[in-house]
Amino acid sequence: MNSQNIMFVILAVFIVLSSLATVLTKSIVRAATYLLFVLLGTAGLYFLMGYTFLGAVQVMVYAGGIIVLYVFSILLTSGRQEQLSRNTVGKVLASAALSVVGLGVFLLMLFKQNLFEQVAVLGAPSEPVGETTNSIASIGHVLLASGEQGYLLPFEAVSLLLLACIVAGLLIARKH
Amino acid sequence: MEYTLFILLLPFLSFLLLGVWGKWLSHKVAGLIGTLSLAAVTVLSYMTAWTYFTADRVGGIYETLVPYNFEWLPMGSLHFDMGIMLDPISVMMLIVISTVSLMVHIYSFGYMHGERGFQRYYAFLSLFTMSMLGLVVATNIFQMYLFWELVGVSSYLLIGFYFTTPAAIAASKKAFIVTRFADMFFLVGILIYGYYCKSFGFDFDAAGFAEGSFMLPTALVLMFIGGAGKSAMFPLHIWLPDAMEGPTPVSALIHAATMVVAGVYQIARLFPLWIQYAPESLSIVVWVGAFTAFYAAAVACAQSDIKRVLAFSTISQIAFMMVALGVCMPGHEAVIDAHGSLGYMASMFHLFTHAMFKACLFLGAGCIIHAVHSNEMSAMGGLRKYMPITHITFLISCLAIAGIPFFSGFSSKDEIITACFNYSPVVGWWMTGVAAMTAFYMFRLYFGIFWGTENKELHAHHTPHEAPLTMTLPLIVLTVITVGVGVYTTLGGFLEWGGSFGSFVTANGEDYTIHFEKQVAITSTVMAILAIALATYIYKGEKQPVADRMYAAFPRLHRWAYKRFYMDEVYQFITHRIIFARVSKPIAWFDRHIVDGFFDFLAWGTHSLSYQIRNLQSGSVQQYALVFFLGILLVVFSVLFF
Amino acid sequence: MIHIEYILIISAVMMFAGIYGFLTRRSTLAILLSIELMLNSADINFAVFNRMLFPEGHEGYLFSLFTIAIAAAESAVAIAIMINLYRMFTSIGVEKLKNMKW
Repeated sequence: MNSQNIMFVILAVFIVLSSLATVLTKSIVRAATYLLFVLLGTAGLYFLMGYTFLGAVQVMVYAGGIIVLYVFSILLTSGRQEQLSRNTVGKVLASAALSVVGLGVFLLMLFKQNLFEQVAVLGAPSEPVGETTNSIASIGHVLLASGEQGYLLPFEAVSLLLLACIVAGLLIARKH
Repeated sequence: MEYTLFILLLPFLSFLLLGVWGKWLSHKVAGLIGTLSLAAVTVLSYMTAWTYFTADRVGGIYETLVPYNFEWLPMGSLHFDMGIMLDPISVMMLIVISTVSLMVHIYSFGYMHGERGFQRYYAFLSLFTMSMLGLVVATNIFQMYLFWELVGVSSYLLIGFYFTTPAAIAASKKAFIVTRFADMFFLVGILIYGYYCKSFGFDFDAAGFAEGSFMLPTALVLMFIGGAGKSAMFPLHIWLPDAMEGPTPVSALIHAATMVVAGVYQIARLFPLWIQYAPESLSIVVWVGAFTAFYAAAVACAQSDIKRVLAFSTISQIAFMMVALGVCMPGHEAVIDAHGSLGYMASMFHLFTHAMFKACLFLGAGCIIHAVHSNEMSAMGGLRKYMPITHITFLISCLAIAGIPFFSGFSSKDEIITACFNYSPVVGWWMTGVAAMTAFYMFRLYFGIFWGTENKELHAHHTPHEAPLTMTLPLIVLTVITVGVGVYTTLGGFLEWGGSFGSFVTANGEDYTIHFEKQVAITSTVMAILAIALATYIYKGEKQPVADRMYAAFPRLHRWAYKRFYMDEVYQFITHRIIFARVSKPIAWFDRHIVDGFFDFLAWGTHSLSYQIRNLQSGSVQQYALVFFLGILLVVFSVLFF
Repeated sequence: MIHIEYILIISAVMMFAGIYGFLTRRSTLAILLSIELMLNSADINFAVFNRMLFPEGHEGYLFSLFTIAIAAAESAVAIAIMINLYRMFTSIGVEKLKNMKW
């Protein structure tokens, strides 16, 4: 068991528990906090995989930006007093059953594929962690390249989407 | 002769103009547009007549011209055409219609002065004139039917012109429904005719006629029913007296001079067919006409509303024309000969003269109504002092309709009676009697209006006055025509001049010189004078002891005649008690309960089913998502395990 | 040795937790949090497939990036709507939102 595996186990437990807590907790502020933990754990997974830039983005945008936005809006809409999960037992049971069965089916599918033998695994120390392919410089090149391997078009589309969202957010939320 | 197209187009354009933009035009401008376009039509009609009748005869007859014709709806071997056909009767009708219509247009300036809907009135007049002209120049029976319905519509619109009066609405509906009912037979007749004879046209020498001729009597009688409806023959006459609810000039134009003679015109138009293929059926026309003439004259003797009297007089006179057409007989080999078809000429002649003097009478009645603001004779009496022009013109027209020599009615009526005597002495004497009745009731009317018991109280309160020039001018013009035609044709008839009416319009198209049978002429004149004398004796005086004693002696007869022999009640009984109660009600029940019930059941079923399942549409996104995920799971399950 | 399944299991748990939250939460903001959870699990899958199966490629990596951007945009608009709704109904419960149906 090397340090990578230990790290992975810690992260996995952390993520699973936090995501369950996110949907089970009664207070919406706590839910947001647990979501923050999930997102940070995910960032840890990215680091573990060697995707350092992606992990950094995850921390900055998701954990730093979006969650803060959520907390603000929760406080603005006085969500603190709001009690969550006051539902009929039938609805909760049905949802839980659906989720558990869905998870079961998914896992069944996963193990039926028998991926253990087929694909490589993470963490062989000798294996390069994609430094060359996933450096910030190469990502920048790929993002702005317009050739066959380039991602300029989706990049521009996302830029446009963000612009539209800025305008739309202002328009919708402004006081009439 | 291409300009004849404008005879139809001008009134149509004026109708469009006044109908669409009339609201923004002043009364004066609207009236001028209508009148000027009609004046142009009149000029064109006279030009057409002049050109047509001065052209040389071909083989002894005037050629039938078709200056304009196009195939409108081709349907296999049959085709519906639209066009203009000129032959002696259509040219004669052009003159009658345009003259009377122009007079009515001018007259309406005064009569309708300041009325609401003045522009609408002129628009409808233009529409009517266009339709009537289109009817007479039709090149085929289908075009005739089309314009026939159009005149029906314009008549409906004009009778209901005062659409705020319930009586006018009822009258317009009655006229429309009764004539539509008759037109249904006309249409069936047309279809039979077209189906068996392979043609809608008026060229009766075409190939299909011989083989289809066995159905022609049926078709012609059905068409006659349509014509009887339009021409108010008994028992389809009931709409015409009520149609007097319309403005009086309209009554003069539509319900006296032009539209109501469409039935006569239709028979005249198909006359070669009648003579050649259905001479026996013509007796139907005779008996319907003869009975109607008598019936209407009898009713007219008892009416107190002056327009009603004129209406029944119109029915009676049209019946004269019908009888005249009916009494025609084929010569050898079913050809039309001058002697047998004298009635044809007489009928058309009477149509012409009647249009002039009856229009004059109606317009005169309009002046009187204008002056005393009532239709009832009780509001009149002694009006001769107040309205000299109306008085004189009315008197002359009465003399004309009574059949006094040197007035136009004499010549035409005399020819009719001569034709009747040729057919059968019974019909001859019968019609002579009806002619005498005509003289009697017309002079009863005349004395009741201009002499007789004056309603001094009313006249002191509101002194009657002579109508303005726009109204008296048409009276004078029509009277001049009546007298002019009367003097010319009477002299022509006695001295046997050519160039009288018979030179223009005869059944076979050949020149015919009118000459009076001395016996017939003298008999009818004497009877007319006697009838007038009787009317003078009874109705002229300020006190009318004879009339009062007659009312006292025959109260029931008078009441029956006044109520038009309860014909309307008979219709009421047949339609309401028999048709509505015995036939329509069960059908309505079936429709309401079985047909509607079935669809109600469908609607109810759909409704309750949707009510049951509408809870699925809760609007709760989470519920939708639940179902959505469930669906995904099911799909995955089915992919995995099946 | 970290097998690909392990990470996929984590993301699956995250995904179904998100679904459960989506189905049961009554505050719309909490529903949005659940959606973020689901989006995040999809991100992990993109990244892990790219890393484990096609180490030389960029597709999964870049799509994770784009998804993060889109999630940011989506939450911005969604929160604007929430605030607007709160002004209208003084609540952001899903029951109130049924009124939007009409």
